[in-house]
Amino acid sequence: MKQLRIFIRKEFAHVLRDRKTLLILFGMPVVQILIFGFALTNEVKNSKILVVDHARDIASQQLVAQIEASRYFEIEKTAWNQQQIERGFHEGQIKMAIVIPVNFGQELMHQNDVQVQLIADASDPNLATTLINYASSVIQDYQLQVNETTKIPYRIIPETRMLYNPQLKGAHNFVPGVMALVLMLVCVMMTAVSIVKEKEAGTMEILLVSPFKPILVILSKAIPYLLLSLVNVTSILLLSVFLLDLPVHGSIVLLFAESTLFIITCLSLGIFISVKTDSQQTAMLISLMGMLLPTILFSGFMFPIENMPVPLQILTNIIPAKWYYIIVKSIMIKGLGIASIWKETLILAGITVFLLVISIKSFKIRLA
Amino acid sequence: MKEAVIKTENLTKRFGDFIATNALTLEVYTGEIFGFLGANGAGKTTAMRMLCGLSIPSSGNATIAGYDVYRETERIKKNIGYMSQKFSLYEDLTVLENIRFFGGIYGLSDDEIARKSDALITQLGLQNEAKKLVSGLPLGWKQKLSFSVAVLHQPKIVFLDEPTGGVDPVTRRQFWNLIYDAAEKGVTVFVTTHYMDEAEYCNRVSIMVDGKIEALDTPHNLKKKFNAFSMDEVFYQLARGAQRAE
Amino acid sequence: MRAIKFLLQKEFRQIFRNRSILAMILVMPVMQLIILPLAANYEVKNINLSVVDHDHSSYSQKMITKIISSGYFRLTGYNRSYGEAFHLIESDEADVILEIPDGFERNLIREDEQKLLVAVNAINGVKANLGGAYLASIIRDYNQEIRIDFLQNNRFNVIPTIDVTSSNWFNPNLNYQVYMVPGILAVLVTMIGGFLTALNIVKEKEAGTIEQINVTPIRKHHFILGKLIPFWVLGNIVFTIGLLVAWLIYGIIPVGSLALLYGFVSIYLLAVLGLGLLVSTFCETQQQAMFIMFFFMMIFILLGGLFTAIDSMPEWAQVVTRFNPVSYLITVMRMVILKGSTFQDVAPHLGIIALFAIGLNGWAIVNYKKAS
Repeated sequence: MKQLRIFIRKEFAHVLRDRKTLLILFGMPVVQILIFGFALTNEVKNSKILVVDHARDIASQQLVAQIEASRYFEIEKTAWNQQQIERGFHEGQIKMAIVIPVNFGQELMHQNDVQVQLIADASDPNLATTLINYASSVIQDYQLQVNETTKIPYRIIPETRMLYNPQLKGAHNFVPGVMALVLMLVCVMMTAVSIVKEKEAGTMEILLVSPFKPILVILSKAIPYLLLSLVNVTSILLLSVFLLDLPVHGSIVLLFAESTLFIITCLSLGIFISVKTDSQQTAMLISLMGMLLPTILFSGFMFPIENMPVPLQILTNIIPAKWYYIIVKSIMIKGLGIASIWKETLILAGITVFLLVISIKSFKIRLA
Repeated sequence: MKEAVIKTENLTKRFGDFIATNALTLEVYTGEIFGFLGANGAGKTTAMRMLCGLSIPSSGNATIAGYDVYRETERIKKNIGYMSQKFSLYEDLTVLENIRFFGGIYGLSDDEIARKSDALITQLGLQNEAKKLVSGLPLGWKQKLSFSVAVLHQPKIVFLDEPTGGVDPVTRRQFWNLIYDAAEKGVTVFVTTHYMDEAEYCNRVSIMVDGKIEALDTPHNLKKKFNAFSMDEVFYQLARGAQRAE
Repeated sequence: MRAIKFLLQKEFRQIFRNRSILAMILVMPVMQLIILPLAANYEVKNINLSVVDHDHSSYSQKMITKIISSGYFRLTGYNRSYGEAFHLIESDEADVILEIPDGFERNLIREDEQKLLVAVNAINGVKANLGGAYLASIIRDYNQEIRIDFLQNNRFNVIPTIDVTSSNWFNPNLNYQVYMVPGILAVLVTMIGGFLTALNIVKEKEAGTIEQINVTPIRKHHFILGKLIPFWVLGNIVFTIGLLVAWLIYGIIPVGSLALLYGFVSIYLLAVLGLGLLVSTFCETQQQAMFIMFFFMMIFILLGGLFTAIDSMPEWAQVVTRFNPVSYLITVMRMVILKGSTFQDVAPHLGIIALFAIGLNGWAIVNYKKAS
């Protein structure tokens, strides 16, 4: 055990000496939390729109004022002809145009039927859909006001309740994802690269000829990253709770236990990559291209899995981050206990054991 | 008539509190093979990097081929060749491609490059390897190739930083023949080494201890002065008092 | 100038000799352009709906049928109580619960008003928002339908209504891939250009070959040009491959001018390569260079408007995006490819990118030292 301690101390020295890398290791989660927590809101607001008001009567002005008053829209300019819509879209200044017909007020009051046209820049389809929905409901509200005196028959009023995240903050979705991402990056990439580095430099041979057991060499590589990662988990959680007001509804102990399991999974992945590769560059490319992108894409935190083609959906099952993401979401936000996530936990444990067994096997073969 | 091509006066390099090279003063003459000896960490490489314009001195003066090391580093670079301790040709280029590349960088004409690369390959006996990647060559050949590339543009001075580290005695001998050839053509050779038999091949040697030059003379005079049979003994007497080592 | 010729020859030889880099340059963009838009699909459809119908009336049945036939929702649960449905939300089997109270039809007819409960799993804000909006608009339509039926039967006095018609320009089918492909291509061009340049120079530092170059009389800007040009060419090749993939696989043909696209990308590449150079002057090892580039790329991509609209970001983040070259490329690519914007439209963006190119390269040249 004393030997192990010496080795771990050496690994810590390596890790702590490279200041630039260290700064990024600890800075990364902080920056990610800030970006995801504050900058990347999916909420649509202040979208710039163009109003083409052919009527210019009291009713149309009331409607425009109503639209302006909503926080979703910001009227960039008012135009008198339709050509300006296309120009606005081309310059990228506006996202939607509202066309109000001539005689808007008159037709509304006397013929009881009038058409308003919404034109959206659908190069971003989701934004277009959202804007049209918002605009429709603002117009609907205006219509209700106009009709205040008349009693409307047959009104169905849907009351929408946003569960878990009433303010629709991005953070609820992203924080568990960022945790998976950061742990993946630190553990897989750093372990893989640091082991391969020793191979490249030839120092691995020296360690292997020492009376120290090879398995302990690997273990001593992994432990510093395990500790670093736990520090990162803690700092992400602290930031989430105190900066983003994110709840931790479930058990903290369980959350840390599951995180430790996931970290071990990642470390085994890193070890697996390092056993299979010989150069730092290859190890980096595999970790980055082969691990990081799939983590972002296939864990479900950025993009809904059910929208993917079936082969990709099946593929997501072998991505450890997907399971961890589900676990963190369940514990932190839904407040569920082990009873609800034992399946995911088991899968993660299975992946870990599988990776470790293969790595140890190929490691022994290489020595022989 | 002895003409100094390298002239330094109190040349010093500090890294923070650490004085790597302390008040180096020496002269090297045209056509001379100058051995620059010292234990590991004595400050040889730092001194050499300053002379090549790779490192800016902290204080002191030096001129190389008549040019000042502070103001005229780019002029100096036209007149010197350098071979670093670590093999530093492109491993993923072939022998011929490396020669052509460095020839081109030094501004040789296409004709010159063609002529010289032919001559060089014949001289080194690399005919069969000319089109192979450098990474596949044995260390000894790599070093001979580096040296030849370093003198390709006929510099006035060539700096060699431990050029023969890790190769067998036969190859070392061959390497020194290349050095003699170059010296005969009037190239001044400034070389660091750990092999004391190689020190004997030099016209003059200096021995550096803890960033300072402790002795500078011909090998013959040094042996007489220290009452020693070999350069080995001279070196041992001087270097054992060293405070720092790598 | 002759020195540049030799530098270029050498760089191209090294690039074409290194299979793994070549594969990364040529195969990776194709693979990513094929897989990413399939995976990065934010189109909100297939929302899992669980219905708790306490009413079991013909009105409630008709409404459920209408919701399901809209194509946005998938009925995954038909539960007896809200609590039961909530379990489906907990296990992620349902995204939305629609609870129809007892007496829905009766109250609607007698009291002209009836509430419904819609509960949305809002952990994923976008999905919740869009899903909720879809459901509301379907219910609104249904409401309109039954009202018209009722009015026809009763000849009630007609109420003023505003009909909203909507049209979606540039992408009438609301195809999300059309939106993602130009953005992803922008990111790929950036990654290839930035990473390769940064790693290339640091690799020469690690191998010690840069020392050998530094003792030659080569001019600083020649050396840097010799490094920039090959990757500039490669960046353009990757961009061309990307455009071909977009056309062959997704049928996207730029609406605007190709010359304008290439012109913009050419100047943009100079800026990105400049960034790579700058990073390489600060780093000693490839590991460091990789991490630092990764760090910047992550911020650039996330704050580049690829996934979420820049307009919706808070003020400070919008300020940050102004210093983010990637956001300009993503915007311009989408403008020119999807909308056919012209030179006048993108001229301001072009000007800013040119400034980036000059600034970053200038800084890199100043910072690149032949001597320590």
